[in-house]
Amino acid sequence: MAAGPPPAGGTHPRNPPGPGALRLVWVYPDLLSTYGDRGNLLVLERRARLRGLDVESVLVNANQPVPRQGDIYLMGGGEDLPQILAARRLRADGGLAAAAQDGAVVFAVCAGYQLLGTEFGGEEGQPVPGLEILNISSGRGQRRGVGEILADVSPILGVPRLTGFENHQGVTRLGPGVTPLAKVVTGVGNGDGTEGACAGRVIGTYLHGPVLVRNPGLADLLLTWAAGPLPPLPTGDEEWTQRLREQRLAAVPAGSA
Amino acid sequence: MTGHRPAGGRHAAVRGRPGRRIASSPMGKLPLRARLATTIGGAAGRMSRLAGRGDGSVIGGVIGLRVEPDLLALLAAGRRVVLVTGTNGKTTTTRLITAALGALGQEVASNAFGANMEAGLTAALGQAPDAPLAVLETDEKYLPTVLAATRARVVALLNLSRDQMDRAAEIWMVARRWREALASATNCTVVANADDPLIAWAAAAAPDVIWVAAGQRWHEDSWCCPQCGSHLSRDELGWRCGECEFTRPPARWVLDGSSVIDSAGRVHEVSLSLPGQANRSNAVIALAVSEVFGVEPAQALARLRDVASVAGRYTQVERHGRQVRLLLAKNPAGWLEAFDVLDEPPVPVLLSVNAREPDGRDTSWLWDVDYRVLRGRPVFVTGERRLDLAVRLEADLVPFELVEGVDEAVDQVSGGRLDVIANYTAFQQIRVLLGRAA
Repeated sequence: MAAGPPPAGGTHPRNPPGPGALRLVWVYPDLLSTYGDRGNLLVLERRARLRGLDVESVLVNANQPVPRQGDIYLMGGGEDLPQILAARRLRADGGLAAAAQDGAVVFAVCAGYQLLGTEFGGEEGQPVPGLEILNISSGRGQRRGVGEILADVSPILGVPRLTGFENHQGVTRLGPGVTPLAKVVTGVGNGDGTEGACAGRVIGTYLHGPVLVRNPGLADLLLTWAAGPLPPLPTGDEEWTQRLREQRLAAVPAGSA
Repeated sequence: MTGHRPAGGRHAAVRGRPGRRIASSPMGKLPLRARLATTIGGAAGRMSRLAGRGDGSVIGGVIGLRVEPDLLALLAAGRRVVLVTGTNGKTTTTRLITAALGALGQEVASNAFGANMEAGLTAALGQAPDAPLAVLETDEKYLPTVLAATRARVVALLNLSRDQMDRAAEIWMVARRWREALASATNCTVVANADDPLIAWAAAAAPDVIWVAAGQRWHEDSWCCPQCGSHLSRDELGWRCGECEFTRPPARWVLDGSSVIDSAGRVHEVSLSLPGQANRSNAVIALAVSEVFGVEPAQALARLRDVASVAGRYTQVERHGRQVRLLLAKNPAGWLEAFDVLDEPPVPVLLSVNAREPDGRDTSWLWDVDYRVLRGRPVFVTGERRLDLAVRLEADLVPFELVEGVDEAVDQVSGGRLDVIANYTAFQQIRVLLGRAA
């Protein structure tokens, strides 16, 4: 399981900002990068650099070992077969689970989110063992959830309403020690009215869009967990993001969950 | 995955009756119900065109198939059919093959305007009842059904990459279905792009394959072996799997820059009116297909050169005294191809993106495209999802200006030229605005 409860106010950096750069590790872009997942990396890079942080991004392919010294690990979406292969390789490698155990930030989307759990559904719906980083388990639902999704984030995280796009047939159940990331306003999410999961500094979600592009508050939460408190961005640097965010929030009829 | 089916498409019906005996064309030999279906469908198509409700290329097929579910198979019987499929370049390659086969001096039926599901194919055949040849663009998902119905002589497989994932099937799954369908395709020659690993895997099961090294620019969907899932390594000789034996098949045709080595080892310059390397890839596939029908490469190349625009793509139109060129890009691989044919900076570019049903509702794919190549030229953004584009360009440090539409960009262009890259419905909107000349 991921280490500990969420840090109080998110202000206990594992690696205090200093001479070392913030290390972003994108896990298996060759297998898990189906829905513009590079966007989450680009947004973290941009928002960190605008705060004066040095950023070092590492792309780890499935034939390479996962480094254990990263600050933020990202995993994206993928089809069934690449997802199964990624699970097998990541379990054998052990690097991601070890880093999470050490308190690194992990942020995973869609297939990557399911991978964090104890099991998920394979291409015929068969259970496939996951990484056991989060106490969640996923299976195959009756129908595919495709469309815009809105969800209200757990108040303890202090992040405004999420807007994203989901495209999955997964149903995810959360076990003890894990809290939902958000409550679904419109869309499918985990399938029981909740969306995503959070424990310690590990977050998983079904939202792409990519999700950190439309939800800068969530991006800043991850950066804060890794690097400590951050100043707000100047308005000029937020203008396009905020306009996009407002447009997407307004485009979806709320309450059709 | 949600299926995207034409209204009235009866795809199960065709596949479900393999044992039925089908008389051969021409029209006179068709069973009565098929003749009736064709006549009714043809009338509907003409009425649709007269009513200004489209080019009439689908409605006739939809109605015809309701009357006779086996109509596609009945209309295809006795003809030599080419099916063209893949993520990008289907419409253009269909057009190029049709042009090359013109050398045979026989009528060629074709769904030239991209209506590529069962109804569109049926309508195209119904409108050319006496054509002994047919070149049919085929939607990726429908290839197995259409192959079974038409008993195609040649299937051309271009490439596979991510495209409108909220409504299309996942591409590994598409490749697997193709593989199953092609494995049992007798009397069929598959012309396949050996440089695309997913294509190679799908085609490798077919009894008769002509491999074409047509190139692959977009690698992001084929880093892993389609056979075993391990990492693929690439070098100038192609790709190979590090773990299993799967490797790029030896090609009989090789595109090398702007020249092609044909199946007899002769070198030809691939000079086209259509721009860009992607179209040279399409052209080489067209040459290989044409040769199956006895058209010599030199003879075919001369005909390919006559194709200057395809269903509005690459068309140049004058607007307020400026030359505006239209490029269609529907997915990340398509954007790479469009960037390849842009005029040199400082010629400005207008990008337009919508997210309607035919475009895919999800704009995440914008983040799969590397826009940094646009630095150093004026960039305008428009379309219903222009804010998504704005945030995307900002992240790539590409300066841009938001405009309401194409005219606002045209009016700001001083140098006399503007390239426009748009996705599907955005492209159609601009064509309508600029007049059907586009």
